[in-house]
Amino acid sequence: MKRSNEPIFWSLFGAGGMLAALIGPALVFITGIAVPLGFIFAADTMSYSHMLAFSHHWLGKIVVLAVIALFMWHAAHRIHILLHDFGVHAVTTVRVLCYGGAFVGTVIAAYTLLTLKP
Amino acid sequence: MSNRRPYVRSMDGWWKRDPYFIRYMAREVSAVFVALYAIVLLFGLVRLGQGEAAFNGWLQYLKTPWMLVFHVIVLAVFCYHTWTWFNIMPKTMPIIFIGGKRLQPGTITGTGLAASVIACLAVLFIVRGMS
Repeated sequence: MKRSNEPIFWSLFGAGGMLAALIGPALVFITGIAVPLGFIFAADTMSYSHMLAFSHHWLGKIVVLAVIALFMWHAAHRIHILLHDFGVHAVTTVRVLCYGGAFVGTVIAAYTLLTLKP
Repeated sequence: MSNRRPYVRSMDGWWKRDPYFIRYMAREVSAVFVALYAIVLLFGLVRLGQGEAAFNGWLQYLKTPWMLVFHVIVLAVFCYHTWTWFNIMPKTMPIIFIGGKRLQPGTITGTGLAASVIACLAVLFIVRGMS
């Protein structure tokens, strides 16, 4: 029997879903609401120099890549099934678009993190 | 009798038939907002790689009313995601026995939601401490 590739995609889906469930609300509140509006956090929390320093640290790189990539893989898996539920049955096309999108996003994120200017 | 067409029940709008299916759809559609938020962050990362002026442009973009409204919606959807994620967790994880007794679904959901509150508060304090 041919081995299924489902466990790989399901693991990425699960990891992304868990990460989003645990820290997602806090991240959205910080990056999308509190810092842009300038309350609770210092005005320069997400300044260029701070974010560059954060993304130069190995731990920062892991955090940024984990959030962006796993969120994308999580969403790709769910949207892929969602399209099936809505009656889109072009299985291969849907898979290539969803997982391909997550893959491209992951590559762009990893490449950007590895080639950041000093 | 050969040209009789058998009745095939339409599946259009199947998920509107039952509140359980509607909740299922609401939960799954949350993924669209998770994807959009990841794209916003990826955009910020790419801008960071392009230099200070590009990154400041992204920061300014976050301050526009549409992006603020967008993030308020995303925040609501993420909270909903957290809630549903731990509510379905008793069904998605293997059954656990502790001391011969099955770990109850309510315990799993409650522990997950508590962990989520703690993790979110930890992130808020860490980021506040770094800035």
